[in-house]
Amino acid sequence: MSFEIPIGPQHPIHVEPLMLRLTVEGELIVDVDVDVSYIHKGIEKALETRPYIQGLYLVERICGICNAAHSLCYCLNIEQLLGKEAPPRAKYLRIIVEELSRIHSHLLWLGHYFHTLGFETLFMYFWRDRERVMDMLELITGNRVITSYNTIGGVRRDLAPEAEQNLRRALDYIEERMRYYEKVIDSEPTILARTQGVGILKPEDAVKMGAVGPHLRASRIKHDIRLDDPYSGHDEVPFNVVTWDTCDCYARIKVRVREVYECVNMIRYALDHIPSGDYRLKIPSFFKTPPGESLARVEAPRGELVHYSISDGGEKPYRYRVRTPTLANLLSVTEMLRSRGDYEVYIADVPAILGGIDPCICCSARIVITDEARRRRMTMTLDDIIRLSRERRVEKR
Amino acid sequence: MGIAEKLVRKCRARSPWILLFDTGACNACDLEIAACLTPRYDVERFGVLARGSPRHADILVVTGPVTRQARDRLIRIYEQMPEPKYVVAAGTCATSGGVYWGCYNTYPSLDSIIPVHAYVSGCPVKPEAILKAISILVEKIERGEV
Repeated sequence: MSFEIPIGPQHPIHVEPLMLRLTVEGELIVDVDVDVSYIHKGIEKALETRPYIQGLYLVERICGICNAAHSLCYCLNIEQLLGKEAPPRAKYLRIIVEELSRIHSHLLWLGHYFHTLGFETLFMYFWRDRERVMDMLELITGNRVITSYNTIGGVRRDLAPEAEQNLRRALDYIEERMRYYEKVIDSEPTILARTQGVGILKPEDAVKMGAVGPHLRASRIKHDIRLDDPYSGHDEVPFNVVTWDTCDCYARIKVRVREVYECVNMIRYALDHIPSGDYRLKIPSFFKTPPGESLARVEAPRGELVHYSISDGGEKPYRYRVRTPTLANLLSVTEMLRSRGDYEVYIADVPAILGGIDPCICCSARIVITDEARRRRMTMTLDDIIRLSRERRVEKR
Repeated sequence: MGIAEKLVRKCRARSPWILLFDTGACNACDLEIAACLTPRYDVERFGVLARGSPRHADILVVTGPVTRQARDRLIRIYEQMPEPKYVVAAGTCATSGGVYWGCYNTYPSLDSIIPVHAYVSGCPVKPEAILKAISILVEKIERGEV
């Protein structure tokens, strides 16, 4: 006897509208269906109707958390189309802001993860320390969340000398706090009981399911775009790629905690070795790009982010495509949530497993129609699609 | 206004519980609202608690432009809330569409779908702005103006 439990689109375990349909037998989860279409806005289409410089503001708002990565990826793409490269100082400044936003994202995730596990005190602690990072982002870029720092041909403003001193003090504080939290995580029996051996994703499955980012590195695979394909002076800044062997939710916590140390060290190195010179190229507000296509990859806090654009020689992109890390990771969630053989998943593990990939649904809203069994091509009007999506009566074969 | 009603209003203004619903936001506004609940801003000192169920909530805080897919869910959540209920449109997107203006899958504003009692501007909203909006709304609830 199996039941279907819907979770979402509005549910306490996750702020964003995500729909999980769990099929359960008793306490065991046997099947799962994920729907992320609630916040599909049509950003890719909107990008085709706006000039490049206006597109930058829209791209940043694909995701509020990894906006620095999105805008960097967009800028790299357009610079590639124009055949230009940002000056060396701009590259270092981009690294500083990118790594700061990675610290902010990881602290946010850690806090939120312990909140979903029911550990409210640690949630409050992490978010209190995150405010220190937000202050630094505000000091350097002028805004707390949506930084608008990267621009086509460089960055928007230079680093002030007093900001550098403040930043170093904040980094010391964050590092000290993280050492304390790591001790708490390793010695707290409830955290260990809820995460160790839960949501196991074997390395070969992780590769097969196309997982990316810290989620993949927690499955023992050493993969990082900053190392494999350095895009913004990352070949000059030394850092370690953090991996963990246990492949469970505990590994995902550890990888992110250890990555915060790496980010701190990278920012320190960048501050020590930042070259002098211009921080942006002079590029007019409205410009045309030569026809062609370009692809850029960035290691966002959640994993590999890919932007692809085609230009037809106009002042707007002909086509723009975004592949976000959460979309890649969601596939492996369905795999982890399904019980099979002696691997058992219970309803109580859902928040721990779903939270483990750092889901960021706002990036991932997609509509994908596949009909492999019938091998039939369907033509639908917009109204048909809207009606179908509202009724949610996808026929089961 | 009778003394009983005055008392009820006063009590109501002391515990405005909020429900956050994301109708298509980019997460930035959600983050800032969540930051309000944490130690630096600590909205709980005004009696505000974030709830998971619409049936417990007094104030619905909506972030993001309303997408076609989320519209029906938004209306259903609004209908599930007990009277009296108030709606805060947090962020430029909920107020007027913001940067997503003209996207094929979004509605131009929140107040074309459900009645709104307070607008907070900003992209994303600052936690201070949310605190101010909630305190003004609470004052108005106490005086019986909304």
